[in-house]
Amino acid sequence: MSSVGERIKSYPGFGVLAAVCLVLLYAPLLIVMIYSFNESPSITRWGGFSLTWYVDVFTGSESSKFKVAAWNSISIALMATIGATTIATAAAIGMTRSGYWRGKSLSFALINLPIMVPEIVTAVATLIFFSAIGFKTGYLSILLAHIVFCIPFAYLPIAARLQGISSSYEEAAIDLYASRWQAFRYVLLPILLPGVVSGALLAFIVSLDDFLITNFVKGAGVETLPTAIFGAVKQGIKPNIMAISTLMLLVSVLFVTVSWWIGRVGDKSSVVASK
Amino acid sequence: MAGGTLQNTGVDGAAFAGLRHRLLFPSWLTIGVLLVIPVLLMLVYSFLTKEFRGGVVWEFSLAAYDQFFFDRGLFGDEPVKIEWTYINIFIRSIVQASLATVFCLLIGFPTAYYIATRPASSRAIWLFMITVPYWVNLLIRTVSMKFLIRDTGPLNHWLMQAGLISEPFHIINTNIAVQLGLFYSYLPFMVLPIYAAVERFDFALVEAAHDLYANRWTTLRRILIPVVRPGVIAGCILVFVPSLGAFLAPDLLGGAKNFMIGSLIEEQFRGSAGNWPFGAAASMILLSLVLLVLMYYARSESRRP
Repeated sequence: MSSVGERIKSYPGFGVLAAVCLVLLYAPLLIVMIYSFNESPSITRWGGFSLTWYVDVFTGSESSKFKVAAWNSISIALMATIGATTIATAAAIGMTRSGYWRGKSLSFALINLPIMVPEIVTAVATLIFFSAIGFKTGYLSILLAHIVFCIPFAYLPIAARLQGISSSYEEAAIDLYASRWQAFRYVLLPILLPGVVSGALLAFIVSLDDFLITNFVKGAGVETLPTAIFGAVKQGIKPNIMAISTLMLLVSVLFVTVSWWIGRVGDKSSVVASK
Repeated sequence: MAGGTLQNTGVDGAAFAGLRHRLLFPSWLTIGVLLVIPVLLMLVYSFLTKEFRGGVVWEFSLAAYDQFFFDRGLFGDEPVKIEWTYINIFIRSIVQASLATVFCLLIGFPTAYYIATRPASSRAIWLFMITVPYWVNLLIRTVSMKFLIRDTGPLNHWLMQAGLISEPFHIINTNIAVQLGLFYSYLPFMVLPIYAAVERFDFALVEAAHDLYANRWTTLRRILIPVVRPGVIAGCILVFVPSLGAFLAPDLLGGAKNFMIGSLIEEQFRGSAGNWPFGAAASMILLSLVLLVLMYYARSESRRP
């Protein structure tokens, strides 16, 4: 019975296509990683393994530019993550713990609006807004724009986890004379934490990776890593760019892995009602 | 999802229900002030007069839309013709985004199906492998593609060394390169929603179809695809919408000749040569197209039995 079921479930060639899909997704990234260790400055011919370009990233002629850009990227990503995750956590509790009310789907659409509007449109609209109100574009305008588009990325994992947590925990706390703040802080938040951490990690990566919106609202003089890399790539792909790209790639992979792992551990914990 | 809403309609969630407005207010305020108002302002700007050093003069004008659709000659006194330059850029973008959607579907559907029918343990690994590129910086992924396919890049180098070609295979700065870039950028967006749909699919239906003498392909066409259709449509939208407004793939892989909407808009805001009202108008037209697609999606969702 089950062997027949397995047999009719499988389609010839689908496994091959799945393998092709993985190769297509990873090949360009792996090739850039490999070539970032290339000794030869001619970036096509292989001249032996070397860490030259990594040393160049940290000490070379462009290193000070990249250091400033990296600092801007990381500090903006940290603050945007804190802002967006706080707003998203409050919104997720407000949405999942309030039953039905008129305008709820409108509220859901509003919270997720930043992922639905094409990035270039958000970029143009934000630039026009800052220009119209006379807000000087620069570090602060980048930060504000990042908080906005990070909200839905933080919201979705937090809301997903909240839906799996029965509200009887916080109700029990209230019945036992906890204040609503205490019920949140000591009962709901610890159970919700894996969702909050996943959401925060995703918000951090999304902020760190953003190019288009940042490029519009950064004004003159302020660069983040993606805008600095874009500027450098316009002059040609040099090996130090491949080294920086590899480093950023590894940071992304690290964050996704941690987020994924926390999500798995979180799902296994007993308080989340299994479907 | 439906079960969750049903469950939440009672007294459930009473602990924080009274705080609903205060909890939601920060998100409404942030997104309202920094996204909704800006988009409305962009609509206003598209009807203003251009300032020559970038920016606008607050004077009503239809010039931006007029420039987009009509050609009145260099001095504006010739008989009105349809201006094809910008319409063609939009058509090219729609064609490119549609093709990217089709190619992503052709690879993404079998991949998603294959992953969803794996045992639970290896399924998690497959999913993880698909998710990682999704979160890797799009700029870096596009630069990697550029590096790989350029005339002096590794791909041509290997093909020539292997003796398969004698001249470098020229892909960079063509429409094909842009297509490859879009396909590569948004492929994971196709796999994930289809996977979610197939994973929930009840394979007893397949066995029933098999018992009724349907072969595999009939089963695929008549049973599986109709049931997982919402996932397929979601995947198509997640590829089509960002492809339509893509900037990095056409800019880095397409060069100056293979403009798409994203590059057209970006150019209007770069330095002093730009035209803000025109850029705002082009953005509004793009946003309208996207809203049409999303409304179509919402309607097809609400019609679901």
